[in-house]
Amino acid sequence: MVTQVSTQLKAEPAPSRQKIGRNIERFGLVAVWALIIAIFSFMLPGLFLSWTNFSILFATQAPGAVLALALIIPLTAGDYDLSVGATLTMSAVTIGVLNVVHQMPIGVALLIALGFGLVIGLVNAFFIVYVRIPSLVVTLGTTSVLTGVVQWMTNSSTIGGISPVLVNFVSRGRLFGISYAFYYVILIAIIIWLIFEFTPLGRRILFVGRSREVARLSGIDVGRVRVGCLVASAMLASLGGIVYAGLLGAADPFSGLNYLLPAFAAAYLGATAIIPGRFNPWGAVIAVYFLATGITGLTMLGIPLWVTSVFNGAALILAVTVSQFARGREETDIG
Amino acid sequence: MADVRSTTVGTGVPGQTPALLVSGVAKTFGGFRALKGIDFHVMPGEVHGLLGQNGSGKSTFVKILSGFHAPDPGGTISVFGRQLELPMRAGAFRDYRMAFVHQNLGLVPSLTVLENMRVASVTARKGYIDWRAERVAAQAALDRFGIDLDLDARVGAISQIDRALLAIVRAADDLRAAEMESGSHGLLILDEPTPFLPREGVDRLFALVRQVASQGDSVIFISHDIDEVREITDRATILRDGSVAGSLVTREATHDDFVEGIIGRRIVRKTTAPVDRAKSRVKAEITGISEPGLDVPRIDIAEGEILGLTGLIGSGYERIPYLVFGASKASGGKLMLDGANYDLTQVSPKQSVARGIALLPSDRPKQSGILSMSVADNMLVLDLERFMGPFGLKLREIGKRAAELSTEYEVRPNNPGLRLGALSGGNAQKVLLAKWLIRNPKLLMLDEPTQGVDVGTRQQVWDVIRKAASGGAAVVCASSDFEQLADLCTRVLVFARGRIVNELVGDQISKDNIAEACYGHSSLDAA
Repeated sequence: MVTQVSTQLKAEPAPSRQKIGRNIERFGLVAVWALIIAIFSFMLPGLFLSWTNFSILFATQAPGAVLALALIIPLTAGDYDLSVGATLTMSAVTIGVLNVVHQMPIGVALLIALGFGLVIGLVNAFFIVYVRIPSLVVTLGTTSVLTGVVQWMTNSSTIGGISPVLVNFVSRGRLFGISYAFYYVILIAIIIWLIFEFTPLGRRILFVGRSREVARLSGIDVGRVRVGCLVASAMLASLGGIVYAGLLGAADPFSGLNYLLPAFAAAYLGATAIIPGRFNPWGAVIAVYFLATGITGLTMLGIPLWVTSVFNGAALILAVTVSQFARGREETDIG
Repeated sequence: MADVRSTTVGTGVPGQTPALLVSGVAKTFGGFRALKGIDFHVMPGEVHGLLGQNGSGKSTFVKILSGFHAPDPGGTISVFGRQLELPMRAGAFRDYRMAFVHQNLGLVPSLTVLENMRVASVTARKGYIDWRAERVAAQAALDRFGIDLDLDARVGAISQIDRALLAIVRAADDLRAAEMESGSHGLLILDEPTPFLPREGVDRLFALVRQVASQGDSVIFISHDIDEVREITDRATILRDGSVAGSLVTREATHDDFVEGIIGRRIVRKTTAPVDRAKSRVKAEITGISEPGLDVPRIDIAEGEILGLTGLIGSGYERIPYLVFGASKASGGKLMLDGANYDLTQVSPKQSVARGIALLPSDRPKQSGILSMSVADNMLVLDLERFMGPFGLKLREIGKRAAELSTEYEVRPNNPGLRLGALSGGNAQKVLLAKWLIRNPKLLMLDEPTQGVDVGTRQQVWDVIRKAASGGAAVVCASSDFEQLADLCTRVLVFARGRIVNELVGDQISKDNIAEACYGHSSLDAA
């Protein structure tokens, strides 16, 4: 009797308060984003808050957003993939070399670029899953290998003049004033969201990431799931390279890696929002644009370039810290 | 119900200052009274048990005693006559001559025994560490308690038992250091040190506890396990729903007195109805398991049978379920299940699941369930395909089904969205049993199915297992909990040194007989 009464007393007011708290957590990042937009708009009246400014931001950050989406797949399964930045560059440069230097049709070049992504993913997966080397080490190694190969392929110089067909499909084509690139990001996010939330595969990936042993003993083919996730991230990174090449109309052998750190920061920061405690696509996309908004605002205020690195690095550490706290208290939306 | 309090008897000399005097301690968390004003005392040199189910207020009390929470105003706690000022800063309990050993033991696996033992004294010091002096001090502490440990072994590499002993010796040594300064004895608090220890380990741990007490210190022993409390303590205090449900003098109280104190009613002990093997069909047959240190030519399990596997630790019985399931690779062996033959050297867990074989491992957080994921996710991970609709997983259906199952398996609280880790051990175990049983496995294998499960819930878990057996499954239960084997199993195989040395059937199955069969063989082997 006594227990029943006391648990009832405890349970009654709790759900609504819990719900409010959970919603604050869920949409906290969006609120902070709105706040910094307001601050920059106030500090840069008439300049910052314009559709042009934001449509450029949405388009130019698309490769970074694709990378963040690529990252959360192996991260959910418990593996790091540091090589997505280099894979993105590799893909862009492949398109440049094949399409511009070798005059190959753009469609074929894109397929080969994606094919390279598949190969990179399989190589990563082989060493991580079958040879059992920590993912951090393997993908750090492949990053260096790919960076070298890219420099050899391009003689370390930018290749301009990529087919206008690709440029039309990525940056010149616009909807509501925003380049198509942004909508590709949204499309990829939707697909990942559907897979993560609404398929048995998504649940299995999560199980594998949370506990390989429990997943294995529940009859999940852990190796295959991990391989699949690493291949998916490499192929998505290649897709990011296609977007990157389409945005620039050229293949830049150096700057692709610059997307890596903000993408990692966004993946972790995104894990504190929307579905707190889990890597999730909407959180990641919002986080990418949140970070980019910060940098754009700071740049417009005339802050020197080096601040960008400091900002991204600090954001990564802060994001991981915050997501650590969120992870411990995860409750799902089921039931 | 009888008043358990009537058996209360004071111990110790009248006028002697108690080692611990708790008076009127209450604790309210946002309107919920976790402790409703408890009083009890522990005398110097006494080993005092503290029992209670999850939610009884036991852990709240320990957190108050260690200085983590402040009690509600009005309650006081005195240690050797000195009133605690609560809450205290972390570690300040040392100044009151208290030492704690928690379930996780607080050891660093990557450091050596020596480093772990002397970590407090070493880190408190500035400048140069005289490792030779530290080594002498550590060895002296081990010798005083007759514990034989290699000071240079990494703690991660020594056995679980040795780790527990090490943590206790370290705590007792801390107390001694405090005693040297004040000239008086101390209070050692052991917070559930035993649930993951094998039976022989518990014996060694108890010998150590007795030695600590015989040197004049008092010990508070917190545990789920009634038999352990009965074996080691002089007196015991039972908490229920935040109040003291009884204080017992251990040697005057029966097992049932304890159970009644803990859950507030008597438990009717019930055993599984025997299965007539002559009349029932062989459901599963395991043949030719030969592994290093394990040689089992044949085990057959009839339909509806609950077969117990037991023995002393290292006798190999506990490896059988994992080998049969394919969780660890077998180097030889076959399984015949419902007429189909499977080669155990080739089998993977995935295939086993598909063939209707279930394995519930003993290590709940590491092998069996994911504490950070929801009850629904854990329960239905094997059955997700069934919830696929044209638009993907039907999350609402999943929630609904998990709630139904929670009702059926009496999971409390019934909230499928809750993290598995938020449930008590017993309720988490019911969730994980449901995970396997909804698939109606042909062969259900369990390793220590009620480890860390409180007494009230044990019965429910056993009932669930019995139901699976009477539904036609062949059940295998590996356990070193003899009471569980006696109550649950219809047949028990006793292992020693990797072989089956005894088979107990029908009336032969009793806690004492099983114990005798296990220990009997070990002493023969030793001779």
